[in-house]
Amino acid sequence: MKIEKNAIPALKNIPHWFDIVSDKNGNAFTGLRAYRQLALEDFNRLGFPNKKMEKWRHTDLSASLSFDYSLATQDFNMQDVLSDVFECDVHDLESFVVNLYKGRFVFKENNLFTLPKGVIVGSLSAAFDQYPELIEKHFGKYGKTDKNAFHALNSALFLDGLFVYVPKNVIVEKPLQLINAVGASDDVLVQNRNLIVLEEGSQLTLIHCDDSYNYKRSFTNSLTEVFIGANASLDHYRLQNINNNSTLISSLVVEQERNAQLSTNSIILNGGLIRNETYTKLNGEGANASILGVYLADKNQHIDNQVFVDHAVPNCTSNELFKGILDDYARAVFNGHILVRKDAQKTLAYQNNANIILTDKAVINTKPFLEIYADDVKCSHGATVGQLDENALFYIRQRGISEDNARMLLMYAFAADVTQEIKIDSLRDRIEDMVKKRLRGELSICDQCVLQCSSPEKYNFEIDMSKI
Amino acid sequence: MLLQVKNLHVSINGKEILKGVNLEVNKGEVHAIMGPNGTGKSTLAAVIAGKSGYEITQGEILYNGKNLLDMPPEVRAQEGIFLGFQYPVEIPGVSMTNFMRTALNEIRKYHGQEPMSAKDFLARMTEKKDLVELTSKLTNRSVNEGFSGGEKKKNEIFQMAMLDPQLAILDETDSGLDIDALRIVAHGVNKLKTTENATVVITHYQRLLDYIVPDFVHVLFEGKVVLSGGKELALELEEKGYDWIKKETENH
Repeated sequence: MKIEKNAIPALKNIPHWFDIVSDKNGNAFTGLRAYRQLALEDFNRLGFPNKKMEKWRHTDLSASLSFDYSLATQDFNMQDVLSDVFECDVHDLESFVVNLYKGRFVFKENNLFTLPKGVIVGSLSAAFDQYPELIEKHFGKYGKTDKNAFHALNSALFLDGLFVYVPKNVIVEKPLQLINAVGASDDVLVQNRNLIVLEEGSQLTLIHCDDSYNYKRSFTNSLTEVFIGANASLDHYRLQNINNNSTLISSLVVEQERNAQLSTNSIILNGGLIRNETYTKLNGEGANASILGVYLADKNQHIDNQVFVDHAVPNCTSNELFKGILDDYARAVFNGHILVRKDAQKTLAYQNNANIILTDKAVINTKPFLEIYADDVKCSHGATVGQLDENALFYIRQRGISEDNARMLLMYAFAADVTQEIKIDSLRDRIEDMVKKRLRGELSICDQCVLQCSSPEKYNFEIDMSKI
Repeated sequence: MLLQVKNLHVSINGKEILKGVNLEVNKGEVHAIMGPNGTGKSTLAAVIAGKSGYEITQGEILYNGKNLLDMPPEVRAQEGIFLGFQYPVEIPGVSMTNFMRTALNEIRKYHGQEPMSAKDFLARMTEKKDLVELTSKLTNRSVNEGFSGGEKKKNEIFQMAMLDPQLAILDETDSGLDIDALRIVAHGVNKLKTTENATVVITHYQRLLDYIVPDFVHVLFEGKVVLSGGKELALELEEKGYDWIKKETENH
């Protein structure tokens, strides 16, 4: 369906929102106003993506864009928000938790604070005022505002998000958990913007959770810019569990210096429409990117994963593995694009997308794509679409395991290729448990969370995942 | 009577494979089913275990007097039927421990028993592993993944020991085994034999029967049991070869 410009209600409000946002924050950073202005012009030129565009051919935004969203700009009572909403942390995970509520940073006492060894964590908006030199160096340097409409829109309209700065050679032991919750009011539009800077030799684990805690419709456009300095390492997770009325566009844009390590793992459990875009530029020799994902979708859900790996220099490695299980009428898209530039000799790049389709109505559009200009490289790509293995099902059932549980075991095992790669034990256990619950249709993240995917207990799934 | 196969006719894609098989197995007995390749031995095993894709056109199978053909495969297993696969399936991502624990507890649940405690389960694993001299650590290994041919067959007998079935059907368990592995597998099967259970060994060769001594030997040929007898029948068969059976049946 062609999207007419005037058919999108949000478009008429953008100039008004722009005025509100421009006056609201970050004015200590002199470049921001001009940056927003340029981004707005870019967005006006680009417009919302439509299905005529190659990378949007299989993802139709028209339904998501047909509502009259209001941008989350108002301030709110943080204490109320905290006590009501944020109970969603991963149990047993010793982590430092920061919360975003409708894209705004929420913390009990302060909005930007310094941890031991000079690590800075907090509100991006506050960082504009307090650390303009760090902002100047990295903010807006990695996002593709001139080419990507959602990056442009985010740059024009964002209010706040997470800012993290890890100084040279500092290892942040505790994982940092960012929880972005939407809900509370109807039809809210969230423009969340994050900036993560890892200086040379530093290490950070970041868990980025997108949750909704009720059924209310929302549209989140999140852009996270990441700089990983030489020999630094980021272990990143996206944990997504939003209601079926909500849309999430989540972009991760990374720049990696020499020997920088990126590991990013997207666990997509539920959502009306989710599109994850992951870009990384391997810009120093020895850099390595591991980009994994698992998506579980049913009903009319739509899950889209776009990956772009830019091998700009020689001797870098990248590995992509995405696995999906689709039930009912669910649709998924995978588009993996590896670019190996002319000078990027000795590149190793692997890409794989495997899917299990449980019904004949579910659809996957998968497109592994290699674009190679160097002549001494090793690259591979592959995509598979299949059903559960009938022989394996029979084998399992012959041992006395019910058909439902046998199917579950196989689906769980299929997803485990990705979840096993989670490096933090407690997080891996938690996510494996969530995958299990999701597969048997009883997922909820916390007690407050009443997701549509929850249905009466159907299966008796007796697998004890504790390591015995 | 434990198992009663009566005039069983089975087709695959319209082609008749079993053409009226009769078989009776009592508790405490060991039966051997022999016969040339492609004669329906594995089909018989698969149909008893409940594999889909077979059309039963005539006959019935009773197990402890119950109609087996009405039961899904897991219920047959819970009722006590175990199939040792000719080609055990690799299941990446499913650990042996979880697999066995889930299976054992589902069977226990079917019989109204509480799940087995982790401690008892572990002790049982260790005990049964020793029985088949399965030396590798199973805990972190996926079901049959990366197992050698011999290990896979030992693993079948290990699972049999774990689940303690009333009727075990071992489909060509000896194929692809060297003599040491064969001895170990046979030893395991013999150890598990009681007066309350029964074993049906399907094999192409007499070799296995040197180690697992059958009470009855049946020759399956072109979809029918054409000869039944004691253990001496296996020896006769070994001596005269299957051509002898062909001639015998042609003469009838």
